[in-house]
Amino acid sequence: MSGNKAGSMSLNLKVWRQKNAKDKGAMVDYKLDGISPDMSFLEMMDELNTKLVKEKGDSIAFDHDCREGICGMCSMMINGQAHGPESQTTTCQLHMRKFKDGDTIVVEPWRAKAFPVLKDLMVDRGAFDQIIAAGGFINVNTGNPQDANAILIGQENAELAMDAAACIGCGACVASCKNASAMLFVSAKISQLALLPQGEIESEARTQAMVAKMDELGFGNCTNEAECEAQCPKGIKIENIARMNREWFKGAIGSRN
Amino acid sequence: MSSKKCSTSTSIGKKQIMGVTGLLLCGFVLTHLLGNLTLLIGSDAFNKYSHALTSNPLIYVAEVGLLALFLSHIVMAIKLTIENKKARPIAYHTYTKSGRGGDFASKSMAISGLITLIFLIIHITGLKFGTHYDTTVGGIEMRDIYKTTVEYFADPIHVVIYLVAVITLGVHVSHGFWSAFQSLGLNHPKYMSKIELASKLFGVVIAVGFSALAIFCFTRGGH
Repeated sequence: MSGNKAGSMSLNLKVWRQKNAKDKGAMVDYKLDGISPDMSFLEMMDELNTKLVKEKGDSIAFDHDCREGICGMCSMMINGQAHGPESQTTTCQLHMRKFKDGDTIVVEPWRAKAFPVLKDLMVDRGAFDQIIAAGGFINVNTGNPQDANAILIGQENAELAMDAAACIGCGACVASCKNASAMLFVSAKISQLALLPQGEIESEARTQAMVAKMDELGFGNCTNEAECEAQCPKGIKIENIARMNREWFKGAIGSRN
Repeated sequence: MSSKKCSTSTSIGKKQIMGVTGLLLCGFVLTHLLGNLTLLIGSDAFNKYSHALTSNPLIYVAEVGLLALFLSHIVMAIKLTIENKKARPIAYHTYTKSGRGGDFASKSMAISGLITLIFLIIHITGLKFGTHYDTTVGGIEMRDIYKTTVEYFADPIHVVIYLVAVITLGVHVSHGFWSAFQSLGLNHPKYMSKIELASKLFGVVIAVGFSALAIFCFTRGGH
């Protein structure tokens, strides 16, 4: 590959370009040389943007923030998989060594009615905020941090709540689900509260409210394929969805409202 | 936290109706298979079994109930499928399964359900409303459904259609059975792997059991 340093890669990129929310958009081909296998996927995208700017072109818009795998901002469909081919890895933590010299890489935004594309690879994930605003909180003031063991919580529930709370709200579950369902995200948020004493009290009403908002925003329905679990960068389990289904049923038959 | 919709209009409500009706239909399919095993004993046993069912006045209640189960399951499936298609109006240029998620059965639920529905119509038309013969067993006059059945399966085309349909049904229930537990929230890490295994075994039993009966009838050569 001409112009490449030893060990560096040349790539053929197919990237979704869309000027704004109203633009129809299209896939555009780019050729990129001199990519180090040690770069992260986002650094490779930075290289491409640098090249585009040098060529007086419009840089590709994409979301990113911490680049440490915890903020949930990076959101790219890479070769048809949310955050790319590596299990439990965000796009920012995906390294170019996972690809081969000469590879063609397809980069697209999350696709869902509830996640409209704003520009290029950026989507509006405000729908998740709306679901949280509908009930992803507790209505009491918990005050300052409690002394350890002031509120007793079983070790198992503490672990499960922590596992659910690992959800970074990136939207990979919606992106990877063939039905664009948000149930893994919503169930993780419901579970992290339902499993702890402070959140358990309002769990049924919370589940009803968050599920109603999720439906209203146009997300699809779960068909229990577990593709969301498989592509979740934080390994959130679908047993959270079962918990949400259980909490919802209790609320549906037991609520006075 | 006050918004509450009618249970059947929410995503989870619809899924839970799918789950409950699906499990009850699994119960019907298994009972149907076990009852049909009387075919292996002989014509009198099968005819007596069939007569006991059809001469019971409660059969009409059971049939209406069964029809209601099928219709609820189908209507919910159509509603959910339409909603799911709407949830992603623009398809991906490239969409690759991770290989760590669903299997063939889970990916093909809509199509396997549709094939089962078409087969159901063919099945009822060809057998329940098929050629009517009469016979007498133990002094009681009754329909000779055994003769109708073996005559029907003497035609290899009928056998092939039946085999394709019952294997498809087996694939459908192999995902549907455990999926119902998940939708109803009956999930427990200790039992879920066993329920998933039972689901796959159930699919095999349905596919192999019904296929064996059809092949048995075929080997009778119409008699």
